[in-house]
Amino acid sequence: MSVVKKFMFVNRKAPYGTIYALEALELVLITAAFDQDVSLAFLDDGVYQLKKGQQTRGIETRNFSPAYRALEDHDIKKLYVEKEALEARGLTEEDLLVGVTVLGSREMGVLMDQQDVVLSF
Amino acid sequence: MLHIINKSPLGNCSLDSCLHIAESGDILLIEDAVYAATKGNAVEGKVRAAMSRLKIHVLLPDLEARGLADRIIEGVSTADYGGFVDLVAANKNCQSWL
Repeated sequence: MSVVKKFMFVNRKAPYGTIYALEALELVLITAAFDQDVSLAFLDDGVYQLKKGQQTRGIETRNFSPAYRALEDHDIKKLYVEKEALEARGLTEEDLLVGVTVLGSREMGVLMDQQDVVLSF
Repeated sequence: MLHIINKSPLGNCSLDSCLHIAESGDILLIEDAVYAATKGNAVEGKVRAAMSRLKIHVLLPDLEARGLADRIIEGVSTADYGGFVDLVAANKNCQSWL
């Protein structure tokens, strides 16, 4: 019953343009309640979810980016960001609103291999 | 004419398709396409090259939502929702690169 599995949420979409980022975040928070080994991977446009300084008043949409900082309170501390994805978008670790581990794509692939469950967004 | 793009330039080929076809006139970047108007993005060179024949605009509220209003490529002009309407009204036709 109480077998802990390794869950990885793979985020590849920018926020707001589609619902994927918000749906992933909500599912992550639900999963956290079940004491599983949760990690989040941010690849491709998914790295934009973590950009500092999001101001959504103009588009009349909820700014859900502060929730990434609250993940730590739910014991979710494994946030991995793809180095190549950051670079292609002119971003650095300092542009992100939460502490992350930056991995090269090969290391990211190894980590993905090690998961029991991969949830794709 | 006016070309409207709403998809991220690195996640979809809409920007490439538009730049391949569009001859002259205006391009308005909205929603996830606003990333194409930011410095340091891998498509910055393509966008800059297109500026010699096309006027590029970006919807500012969408850029602000994504936290990137402070790094717009020089020469790209910002539009609010009123400016969006003005662009549509000022052009004889419009293609949305969905």
